[in-house]
Amino acid sequence: MIHTDPAPLPFTAFEDVAAISTRRSARWRPGLAAQSGPALHSEIFASSREGAGAAVALALALDDWRSIPRGEGREEEDRREVLWVQTREAARLSGRPYRAGLPLELATRLIHVLADKPEDALFALEEGLRCRDLAFVIGEVSGNPRALDFTASRRLTLAAQKHGVPLFLVRLDAQRDLSSARMRWEVTSVPSAPLRWNAQAPGVPAWRAELFRARTHAPGEWLLHQDGVRLKAMRERAADNDTGGAMDWTAGLQRRRLPQGA
Amino acid sequence: MIGHGNDRPRRILSIWLPALAMDRWRQGGGKERREFDRQPLVLIADTAHGPRIEAANRPGSEAGARPGMMLADARTLCPQLITAPSDPAGDLAFLESLAVWAQRWGPWSALDAPDGLLVDVTSVPHLFGGETRLVEDVHNAFARRELAVRTAIAPTAGAAWALAHYGPPGTIVEGREGIARALSDLPVAALRLDKDVVTVLRRLGLKRLGEVSTIGRDAIQRRFRNRKSPAANPLIRLDQLLGLVPEPLLPVVPVQMPLVQRRLMEPIRHRQLLDTVVSDLAADMARELEGRGLGARRLELGLWRVDGEVVVRRLEMAAATRDPAHIVRLFAARLDDVDAGFGIEMLRLRASWAEPLALEQGDIEAAAESHGTSLSACIDRLTVRLGPRAVSRPVPFASHLPERAQRWQPPLDPEPASQGLLAFHERPLKMLEKPEMIAVLYATPDGYPQRFRWRGSVHEVVRVEGPERIAPEWWRERGSARLRDYYRIEDDHGRRYWIYRQGIIGDGRGSDRNGGLPDWYLQGLCA
Repeated sequence: MIHTDPAPLPFTAFEDVAAISTRRSARWRPGLAAQSGPALHSEIFASSREGAGAAVALALALDDWRSIPRGEGREEEDRREVLWVQTREAARLSGRPYRAGLPLELATRLIHVLADKPEDALFALEEGLRCRDLAFVIGEVSGNPRALDFTASRRLTLAAQKHGVPLFLVRLDAQRDLSSARMRWEVTSVPSAPLRWNAQAPGVPAWRAELFRARTHAPGEWLLHQDGVRLKAMRERAADNDTGGAMDWTAGLQRRRLPQGA
Repeated sequence: MIGHGNDRPRRILSIWLPALAMDRWRQGGGKERREFDRQPLVLIADTAHGPRIEAANRPGSEAGARPGMMLADARTLCPQLITAPSDPAGDLAFLESLAVWAQRWGPWSALDAPDGLLVDVTSVPHLFGGETRLVEDVHNAFARRELAVRTAIAPTAGAAWALAHYGPPGTIVEGREGIARALSDLPVAALRLDKDVVTVLRRLGLKRLGEVSTIGRDAIQRRFRNRKSPAANPLIRLDQLLGLVPEPLLPVVPVQMPLVQRRLMEPIRHRQLLDTVVSDLAADMARELEGRGLGARRLELGLWRVDGEVVVRRLEMAAATRDPAHIVRLFAARLDDVDAGFGIEMLRLRASWAEPLALEQGDIEAAAESHGTSLSACIDRLTVRLGPRAVSRPVPFASHLPERAQRWQPPLDPEPASQGLLAFHERPLKMLEKPEMIAVLYATPDGYPQRFRWRGSVHEVVRVEGPERIAPEWWRERGSARLRDYYRIEDDHGRRYWIYRQGIIGDGRGSDRNGGLPDWYLQGLCA
């Protein structure tokens, strides 16, 4: 199997190539956080013309948050708040979160920050990552602002690792630039499965998510949808004949990304 | 309106363990005692007239054994009764530990001997998600400990007690009318009266609480005019039940003295080392006190010598303190005459009298670096840099129009009361700050756009759900406001939007810009 872009891995003299390949072969799947801990810093690239970016960020964050086993000495129910940081530009392009449409467990726990400049947004994100009373932080930044360079993303990664607060940064209409994010996704909406009682209506939201860069997983592409409170991921082929049951986790080669509008 | 503390009604949770002695006996000896669950078993206490039954398990009471019976009488009814000694003192101690444990549901709890507890749950239920959830939690917790329990929540201790003992399990009542309504059918024994008084009332023909008020206060007052204790006077009990007369309760407060100690590897014989250890102890004690927000008024330092002697030095301060240097200085003068003998092997410092002492502010930055900031500190830092309007929390507001149905308020303010949302209305995940007009290129005969242009590119609509009609709020808008028909749509790329048509053709309210035709807007992006 050929990786076009191998993720950076700590390479020491004691690690042979086989060990690296076995570590790389760990497939991403929903609920993986139960074994390997949450993805502390993820970037989600999406278009500002659709709500897919924020929706997938929420879905991934909630999936991690639900699947992490509640450790000893923790509260029975996690009622910590969630911070959602937007730059003014991102809020203008893709709107602000609407409480009535949020997942039920987040509706009462959302704190929204509207930052004028990308620098302020990065400051707010870092402050949120340093706060122990937050379940996770979601950021939305549009484009490739100069402030969000490799150094800034490295700072965010370190803050997230130090305090264990996951960060999901939605990049609207952005180029894939340098970043130290542990997982980088590209998401688009796909047509939803028809509803049982009203085939004409938009159904359960579904997204195509391409994991194009990850530190501990091989890249791959999945169709995600929210099944009740659980996130379900399917391979592209399984989605055609609509088999909701057995999942095939063998990722194929990366599909070549089609140019826009093709 | 947020209450000021005094005008909030108290909420008392009463917990009654009807089979406390039996449950405790059953858990006392591992598995073998649970084998008696199917056999008639009674707990007995010895009296001057022979053994008397204190408690009976379920098969025992079905066989006719009752608490208060003589064992000999019960044996005639059921010869195969198994007996075990009862342990009232142990039951009381167990109930005390239960009372401390029951403080998980409220700030303080009181004993209601011999087999009940009262917990003050005023302004606590929101931590459990409401009073019904709290009661469920109580039942689950007691079920896990295998203790039979009945509970009730009421504004007064008397009412809660009555409902727990005689009402339906898990009752929750509010307000004085609620008490009167819920308790009128209960027997008069629910008034917590002595047995002879209950007998008197029963002979008077008063069997239920609702009937006591029918014969008039004066008559009862005359009948019981020389009874002063509450348990002997139904009127006092009734007033306590309704909250007209205060009924102070004695809370159970577990007291744990702050205590730190050092066991030394080598016995110390020199004053210099002793001072070092005492200063270590004082620093430990300062941390211990700081964690509890206390300051010490009296400190006792015990020095255990190798030869079995214990030297104790006591210290009293004029004001509460937890400054370790101060404590060390005060002790230094008292340790001059200590004879170490062959050496001191253990030291213990105990604060036997401590008073609340407000915390001082230390180095915030260092603490934040090591274990994160708190939410309020985080919000403070954000508002200072980004301005107070930048950090907010969405709260629902009573309005039909989607953009008015959500307001933004400061993040740590309490949420205003609101009606529940309608669960069958699908709402978008994100809403644009202003609805953006879309140019409809081709509309279907049903009236929704088949193809529209938004922000410069064209969308083909594939699926539609709607319309959901939202009429203008006539009480606050002008008469010419047009209604809206909302549609949830999905285009051929699977992008889901929330659009609306403002007005309908021929409503005569359109602008002259496009000849009165309705306008289309895109307002929300769905997930």
